[in-house]
Amino acid sequence: MAEKVLMKGNEALAEAAIMAGCRHYFGYPITPQTEVAAYMSKKMPKIGGTFLQAESEIAAINMVLGVASTGKRVMTSSSSPGISLKSEGLSYLAGCDLPALVVNVQRGGPGLGGIQPSQSDYFHATRGAGHGDFHMIVLAPSNVQEMVNLTFKGFDLADKYRMTSMILADGTMGQTMEPVLLEQGEITQYEKPWATTGTKMERPHNIVNSLFLKPEQLEVENFKRYERYKKIEETEALYDTYRMEDADVCVVAFGIGARVSHNAIDEARKAGIKAGMIRPITLWPFPKAALKEAADKVKAFISVELSMGQMIEDIELATRCAKPVMLCNRVGGMIPTVKNVYDSIVEADKIGGDK
Amino acid sequence: MLNLTHKRVTLFCGHYGSGKTNIAINYAMHLKNSFDDVCIADLDIVNPYFRTKDGEKALNRHGIKLISSEYASSNVDLPALPAETYAILDNPGLHAVIDVGGDDRGALALGRYVPSILSENDYEMLFVINKFRPLTRDCASTLEIMDEIEAACNMKFTAIVNNSNLGDETTAENVLSSLEYAEEISAKSGLPIKMTCVDNRIAPELSGKIENVFPITLYVMQSWKLQEDR
Repeated sequence: MAEKVLMKGNEALAEAAIMAGCRHYFGYPITPQTEVAAYMSKKMPKIGGTFLQAESEIAAINMVLGVASTGKRVMTSSSSPGISLKSEGLSYLAGCDLPALVVNVQRGGPGLGGIQPSQSDYFHATRGAGHGDFHMIVLAPSNVQEMVNLTFKGFDLADKYRMTSMILADGTMGQTMEPVLLEQGEITQYEKPWATTGTKMERPHNIVNSLFLKPEQLEVENFKRYERYKKIEETEALYDTYRMEDADVCVVAFGIGARVSHNAIDEARKAGIKAGMIRPITLWPFPKAALKEAADKVKAFISVELSMGQMIEDIELATRCAKPVMLCNRVGGMIPTVKNVYDSIVEADKIGGDK
Repeated sequence: MLNLTHKRVTLFCGHYGSGKTNIAINYAMHLKNSFDDVCIADLDIVNPYFRTKDGEKALNRHGIKLISSEYASSNVDLPALPAETYAILDNPGLHAVIDVGGDDRGALALGRYVPSILSENDYEMLFVINKFRPLTRDCASTLEIMDEIEAACNMKFTAIVNNSNLGDETTAENVLSSLEYAEEISAKSGLPIKMTCVDNRIAPELSGKIENVFPITLYVMQSWKLQEDR
């Protein structure tokens, strides 16, 4: 068994990407994500890979599109403002049905915002990463080990479904240092008959393209894509639960919010309030079934976010507003405190009344 | 037993994430036991998230002056050096600890102060190492980073500080298992090991087993962990 090492979330993610077979990284520095690029710049040249600091985020995402077209594992990373710039490329990747890994280590916004952690790109990642109808698989790590594990997962799902996987981390996950186990899991090799690898005069040309001028044909492309999304929604939702067996109040939180909520739930239990947590690991697909099931058992939900009420909409949709959903949030680079979450749990327990 | 000699200027450099900042703060507090006038300068222009400034309250309590960029911990993502750094070099009555930024990039910022540090020649240049960091796991890769830092700041190291740790999960066995690594680096580089830093939590287990165990209290850490302590 491998020995644990002490790593920053950003570095751990970069190393995991290399272990997962990624040999092409294109990016542009931005706090709090810069260590991903810094790590790649040190490592890639030593292993025959490509590290390229592009002239802009827009250039980087289009370089990703180029490599993805050849079927090679490829990634880029940035933080919120840089991800906005990549949005056009994300739409093109979706329109071309290309697998890629995109990392967003979020900071406070909108605009240039700040450099401290945030989760306010939730809507961007799960709803509107660019123009047109499309989704990305969105993975939300809650510790440095998950920065590793979900990077493997992200590459795998991207290849499996020919789409972009996004690691939606917050600044804390990128900057926190924790011991991690870097283990080479089994990597599934997917056939990529669509890849533009040269015909060798043995097959017709493969064409990677998102332009369909005939509306009938473009409609078919969209319907086909959404059939795939439906299957993903049915089979790939991931979540974790904590003390939910007998919970009256269900906290829903991800990333750093889940770490804080974990402690708040323990405090609430000590005070005699039965609190538990559902922690979505995939934000798209959102673990709707788990939330719906919980709605039959709990009195109220709390959405803990580092944003102004974004995930709360998914909770309300998943539970069909069957129970009250409260918001517990801090924004602008602030992190909800254990006390913030604890107070919300007490409040939710009251609002929920008797079951 | 802790048996350390002190110079007027003590510089801590290393791979980023090696633990320089917390060691520098603890070392400044240690110096304060022997000297009246102690200050700490934060020259880290690389990492805007964890800065010496985050330990400012503790430093103030101990009567240690902090010299830090006015932008440090202000979230202005601007690499700037504190103008007051020159005061350290001009005041021979002061004992100074300098927290240098990570890697060769951080050490580059030190270059402008090097000529006067060298001409006074009352300094220690310490290389902080951690064998549990992935880019410094063995002697060869650690020496490579050491060379890069020396080349960037145009100054040679005078000793090694072994800070091998796995964060919260560090055990006494982890520290003991790092001794061979530290000794190999010491032998290859010809530099002595000044001390082995150990979290206060496990320092008692190791006293007597390692020469010069330097117990460390963490003053700079993730905000949500601090929250758990409050």
